[in-house]
Amino acid sequence: MSKQAKLSGQSDGRVFNAVNYTIATLIILIVLYPLVFVVSASFSNPAKVLGGEVWLLPKGFTLAAYNYILHDGKVWLGYRNTLLYTVVGTAVNMVMTILAAYPLSRPDLPGRKLLMVLITLTMFFNGGLIPTYLLVKSLGMVDTMWALIVPGAIATYNLIVMRTYFQSSIPWELQEAAHIDGCSNWRLLVSIILPLSKPILAVMVLFYAVGHWNSFFGALIYIRNEHLYPLQLVLREILMISTAGSADGNVGMENQVLLAEGIKYAVIIISSLPVLIMYPFVQRHFVKGVMIGSIKG
Amino acid sequence: MKSAQAQMAAAPPQVRTRRGSGLFTRIAKRYDLYLMLLLPVAWYLIFQYGPMYGLQIAFKNFVASKGIGGSHWAGLEHFTRFFDSYYLGRLLWNTLSINLFSMLIGFPIPILLALIVSEIQNKTFNKVLQNITFIPHFISVVVIVGILTVFLSPTGGPINSLIQGLGGEPIRFMESAGWFKTIFISSNIWQNMGWQSIIYIAALSGINPQLYEAAKMDGASRLRRIWHVSIPGIVPVIVILLILDVGHFMDIGFEKILLMQNNLNSEASDVISTFVYKTGILNGEYSYTAAIGLFNSVINLTLLLLVNRFARKTAETSLW
Repeated sequence: MSKQAKLSGQSDGRVFNAVNYTIATLIILIVLYPLVFVVSASFSNPAKVLGGEVWLLPKGFTLAAYNYILHDGKVWLGYRNTLLYTVVGTAVNMVMTILAAYPLSRPDLPGRKLLMVLITLTMFFNGGLIPTYLLVKSLGMVDTMWALIVPGAIATYNLIVMRTYFQSSIPWELQEAAHIDGCSNWRLLVSIILPLSKPILAVMVLFYAVGHWNSFFGALIYIRNEHLYPLQLVLREILMISTAGSADGNVGMENQVLLAEGIKYAVIIISSLPVLIMYPFVQRHFVKGVMIGSIKG
Repeated sequence: MKSAQAQMAAAPPQVRTRRGSGLFTRIAKRYDLYLMLLLPVAWYLIFQYGPMYGLQIAFKNFVASKGIGGSHWAGLEHFTRFFDSYYLGRLLWNTLSINLFSMLIGFPIPILLALIVSEIQNKTFNKVLQNITFIPHFISVVVIVGILTVFLSPTGGPINSLIQGLGGEPIRFMESAGWFKTIFISSNIWQNMGWQSIIYIAALSGINPQLYEAAKMDGASRLRRIWHVSIPGIVPVIVILLILDVGHFMDIGFEKILLMQNNLNSEASDVISTFVYKTGILNGEYSYTAAIGLFNSVINLTLLLLVNRFARKTAETSLW
């Protein structure tokens, strides 16, 4: 019986592997195909795309759409604004999150439990859209970049992850020894805790920065001035608000419709490029961040 | 192990502080820690608890010039108006069905993906599979909806080209109420399955390999080993994530729904949160929509509490 069992066990393993690898390959293709299509379409002649000729590789290679975008003030302005919001916003996020996470990681802080409860509570219940909007409005932040930065200054989940990291990865004895040597809490934080926490700081910068780069809803409700539009809002206008009607019925109309179509593909690529270029380099940090987060605090 | 260390680490200061005189000295000694907390606590009070105070406008007739405190009470008027409205049924059904189907279909898929990943022994292929499935997570909602629009376009989108190639009529996916939920849910899965699988992959790699060896000795096939070793090993993680998901049951993917919505599919895409945005922010009916928002939050919180309690009783795992 043993020989037969072994044989069937082996064939079971082989069938299993075959099925598993096939499914895995299918998943890779399903995830990649839409992305590849958009990239190819952005380099193709829009007429061929609209005619359904583009499947996998570009047809009628052209850079017209990219050329148009590079000379379009709106997209550049959006890029510049988003860059500004991302840098300032992430800086504010980091300062606020560290200032909250470190004291709350200290086991000798009186009132720590109560503060943690009050903070965690906000993850499950909050005032909601309308009261928050009225608050931001009454603070005079509408139509300033602060409306995009201050209301989201701390992500509670990130705060909890960072606190857990401080608590579990930095030996308390080290902090005590520093105290005995007369080190103040501020110096302790700046010269001991932060240098020892580079992995989690990197992860948090990435989380916050990608969040700012990709966010559009804050700008949708708080920003009316077109000069302050972040990239995602410019993008929304180009992608979702139909451009077909913008042509004025002259001979160039068909060309304009085609160009507008090409611009859609190209603008998707251009706006996602920074994050996707960064991706291979920072990918393992992201994964680490999720892992740290999953060690419950 | 880690938590044991943390507990050991936590012990000495407590001994010391107990010897110190009272709460006041303990606080005074660490005044600089409170100084650090000053800004974050102020932020929590203003931007998290401030809106909760502002929620009272749900029971008032908010007039901007009178402010939140000065506006007159309206009792439950806004709630009854919502419950009596003709669109209540549609909003509730869409909100519930989109989220329920999202969870029923979307929740198990990252688990399956993690199982597939963990059964792939070829290291390179394993990494490639993981890294590729993570990519869509980093694409913005606006771009995702943009990709959907061009990918499903009736003119030149590959799906419709395929349908036409097979002799069918092109379908206007993005403008169809019937297709809305399918597109919304499947693109969510496409975007997030890789990212959501990370935690399960981590949990699977933490399972004691001796369990697999023992199962193999007993003649368990690969599938049986998954069923009897892998899955039981990650049940606690599954339960925690399920609870967290339920806690946001009523507000999954609001931004994406808003972007995908148009007049032609609104029958299937009108949900509570988009209604709050349109009627509240765009039309200025603040009190009415604050009430609807509150109703939504209360359902969320209730579901969270119920599921947490249920999980504590049955699976002996819970958030608190």
